[in-house]
Amino acid sequence: MNFAVLQFPASNCDQDCVHAVRVLGHAANFIWHKDTSLGDADAVIVPGGFSYGDYLRCGAIARFSPVMQAVKKFADAGGLVLGICNGFQILCEAGLLPGALIRNRDLQFHCEQVFLKTNNFETPFTGKIPAEKILKIPIAHGEGCYFADEETLAKLKSNKQILWQYCDANGNLTDVANPNGSLQNIAGICNERRNVAALMPHPDRASEEILGSADGKFIFESMIAALQNKTAAKAA
Amino acid sequence: MKAKIIITPKKAVVDPQGITVLKALEHMGHRGIKAVHVGKYLEIELDATDKEAARKSLDEAAHKFLSNPVIEDYRLEIE
Repeated sequence: MNFAVLQFPASNCDQDCVHAVRVLGHAANFIWHKDTSLGDADAVIVPGGFSYGDYLRCGAIARFSPVMQAVKKFADAGGLVLGICNGFQILCEAGLLPGALIRNRDLQFHCEQVFLKTNNFETPFTGKIPAEKILKIPIAHGEGCYFADEETLAKLKSNKQILWQYCDANGNLTDVANPNGSLQNIAGICNERRNVAALMPHPDRASEEILGSADGKFIFESMIAALQNKTAAKAA
Repeated sequence: MKAKIIITPKKAVVDPQGITVLKALEHMGHRGIKAVHVGKYLEIELDATDKEAARKSLDEAAHKFLSNPVIEDYRLEIE
């Protein structure tokens, strides 16, 4: 499988994303934000960083980069898109995901390991996560507080689009376990169609044991498995 | 022609910056402050002469880009 990892001015997790995919034995390459084609990508990763210096709002300018037109077309056609941290912010600004990410509730930048509870195992991003497994994945952000209005939140909940929530080591959704004040402890969501997803934590920084946790690779493995199933179904 | 855009967080959005500033003001001895909301102020200098056309264009820019309607409201003044 071939993953396209976008690069915007001041993206800084693009290399980690490419590495994480390659460590799993698959191809990944960089796509510069001015490119208008994603090549023969099977999936797109919008990586973390501080694109455009987080000027105006995080992701507000990156969403207008030429490559995002191609990403929108790719997503509209059902292609898999994963946003990580700044990538989540960019996808929300681009309208590919609902809601917005705002300043952490305590106004502090949080750089720490968090625990995530997976709520929906039937998506291309969660299919390979073992049931009952609490993922240990690091965060590093100052603007990761997820906000959406009540109507949107209700819809996300009823439609099982809330993929990951911050929890404690035992899977309890507590205030203490919520590092940034996100409503309903939301750490990551997907769109209605389940082909676009994003999360504030960094699975790219938890893809090998030497990094302190390899739980992040379940998310990439889920995407790879979903793509392989799709290819197999097409061939049949 | 100069346009002034004031962008503020929506009421439904928790504004920790605003709360922090309020607490700091109280700590400094200021009393009777009910709320503080921290927003953004943009000044845009235009080469235009048609005020209505400029307003229409900037309204679109403010709605689509300069503010995020999910979390912000904006006010546009043109002089």
